Amino acid sequence: MTGAGGIIARDLKLALRQRSDAVMIVLFFVLTAALFPFGVGPEANQLAAIAPGVIWVTALLAVLLSLERLFLADYEDGSLELMALSPVPLELTVLAKVFAHWLTTGLPLIAAAPLIAILFNMPVSALPILALAMLLGTPTLSLIGAIGAALTLGARRGGVLVPLLVLPLYIPTLIFGVSAVDAALLGFPVRPHLLLLAGILLISLVVSPLAGAAALRQANE
Amino acid sequence: MAFDYFANPARFLRLANAVLPWCVGATVILLASGLYLGLFVAPADYQQGESVRIMYVHVPAAWMAMFVYTNIAIASVLSLIWRHPLADLAASASAPIGAAFTFLALVTGSLWGKPMWGTWWVWDARLTSVLILFFLYLGHMALTHAFDNPARGAKAAAVLALVGFVNVPIIKFSVDWWNTLHQPASVFRAGGPTIHPDMLWPLIAMALGYTLFYITLLLLRIKSDLIGARLRTLDSLRQDAA
Repeated sequence: MTGAGGIIARDLKLALRQRSDAVMIVLFFVLTAALFPFGVGPEANQLAAIAPGVIWVTALLAVLLSLERLFLADYEDGSLELMALSPVPLELTVLAKVFAHWLTTGLPLIAAAPLIAILFNMPVSALPILALAMLLGTPTLSLIGAIGAALTLGARRGGVLVPLLVLPLYIPTLIFGVSAVDAALLGFPVRPHLLLLAGILLISLVVSPLAGAAALRQANE
Repeated sequence: MAFDYFANPARFLRLANAVLPWCVGATVILLASGLYLGLFVAPADYQQGESVRIMYVHVPAAWMAMFVYTNIAIASVLSLIWRHPLADLAASASAPIGAAFTFLALVTGSLWGKPMWGTWWVWDARLTSVLILFFLYLGHMALTHAFDNPARGAKAAAVLALVGFVNVPIIKFSVDWWNTLHQPASVFRAGGPTIHPDMLWPLIAMALGYTLFYITLLLLRIKSDLIGARLRTLDSLRQDAA
């Protein structure tokens, strides 16, 4: 377990030294969301209606943008091979790196989401549900993204390939993330949507380390 | 066992050459009779009128979309666990065929939806999950060809195919789990088909015809891949000799 802890600590330390990376992701999130009022018009009710969708879609794109950071640097400088050779199972390494990635992208996004919600005139009463849904949903985005990032290591045009692989798999999280917030806004029960989000999280928690580790082994061959 | 036996490409080619003419013949007969029965013989629907005939193209195409993806997933398991040399070829050869069937199902569904539902497209669970399947096919094809080393591309695509397989049961059961505009299953359901035999037979003929068409194309594509690989080997040998 010290091995996994070590990887988390190392990745966090690297992220802290490269603080601009995490800040850029949040900035991208807020800026992209801020484009929508110009695109669809500043009418308050309309903005409030699309707010959950805009927040989720832009959060998803922000995570997508940050996926390269997950394995690419370690792959290029050879640390990934050392991690594969270490006694820590590669599956656990993937899980540790995903956790560190979520701490440095998912959490800041959750923290920034209320800002967009307020800019979009979304009722404050739905904010706790938005935060809860993102708390359940953003780890899934990091987990699924790790598979895509690992599969495309060493590929030509890896950058354009990742969205093609990952976005289709993000759609269920997006659907239930948005419907949870919509349900809260309309006064319907939110529990089923949150349970489905949690279910998707549990499935990806099992699949992602296995598939990610298999992909990393192929990349190291 | 047959599984190991056909790891030898020469044996596989011999079998493929023997089977191919029969597959082509059966494909032509089944598709011709299926289309004739479906478009001319089968009765028009009492509600939908003549436009129900889109079903004979649409429904088997949608079945094939899921069937081919399932085959890719099985081939991926064979490739990742047993490293069967033909499994990678089967998966990469199946993907464009499956994508084409998925596209056909989406387009004919859209053409059918316009007169029946009054819209080309709705974002309900069945349509959305099939659209996701189409994107998964495209991702699989892109990933297969994204590496300088084809073996690495095949292995990466195999992992992706297995991850994406979660979508197949979602497509199948989407009409039961959610209230959708798309109608629920009427052929593959517990308690037997609810569709009238006059409509069921053309449907079965079309489905078998599509399946044999798929097998024909698959054998042809694997064959040409194997011949291409042999040509490349010969070419590099000649260059070494020169």
